Amino acid sequence: METIGLSHYLILSAIIFTVGVYGALAKRNAVVILMSIELMFNAVNIAFVAVSRYGPIPPGAPGVDLTGQIFALFIITVGAAEAAVALAIILAIYRLRRTISIDDLNLMKW
Amino acid sequence: MAPGFLEPLIFYVAAAVLIIGALAVVFLPRIIHAALSLVLFFVATAGIFILLHAEFVAAAQILIYAGAITVLVLFAVMLTQQSQSLESNPFNAQGLVASFVAAATFAAILPALLAIPGKNRPGPNIDLIPELGKAMLGPWILSFEIASVLLLAALIGSIVIAKEN
Repeated sequence: METIGLSHYLILSAIIFTVGVYGALAKRNAVVILMSIELMFNAVNIAFVAVSRYGPIPPGAPGVDLTGQIFALFIITVGAAEAAVALAIILAIYRLRRTISIDDLNLMKW
Repeated sequence: MAPGFLEPLIFYVAAAVLIIGALAVVFLPRIIHAALSLVLFFVATAGIFILLHAEFVAAAQILIYAGAITVLVLFAVMLTQQSQSLESNPFNAQGLVASFVAAATFAAILPALLAIPGKNRPGPNIDLIPELGKAMLGPWILSFEIASVLLLAALIGSIVIAKEN
């Protein structure tokens, strides 16, 4: 088997991101759309951490570049905040309309 | 087993679990199965992070995604479930457009990702967690503080949105 390099991780990240895009656009249940968005967050995190390990080291950095890992940690933080608020909105919508099917939630559609 | 053989093996197993888990989230007909596939996906992502020597990110991934967000999603699934029907995870009418947009996204991001100049040998295998702590409280201190304000705002905001009346 060949050695695993940066391109392996980036192709994996692109595949997962694509599945997430498809899920976010093609599903009807709002919770599943949120789950697909989480798939996309994780795909981006894999790309960031892979570039942090295999990418070029900027001049002046001390041997190893941690920017990718720090970005991944902030994405995890923002993802957690986003999930909490989005699920709260979904619960509020469900309480009001008794459905979370996005086909029925078309009040803001022009 | 030599490490040179182990790393590709772990990568391909984790990658297979990741892709199967992601497809299961989108394509399984019952939403509770999709939500549980998401746990598998998050744990496999943590495996990829460990393979990339990002142990702290892997630990945060397990704690926050596999631990907290999964519980939130399962609670949302339980509280919004109308019936025990087989088709609780349906597709909408935009399947064709969605697959076109997804294919276009893949075609757009893949060349951009592969254009990243990577040295095909990894960085040094030193303990990065102290460096991560120094970076977090050094050059990234402003982002760190803003993240804590964001978490507080999300906490209060979700309570206000989700509570009765």
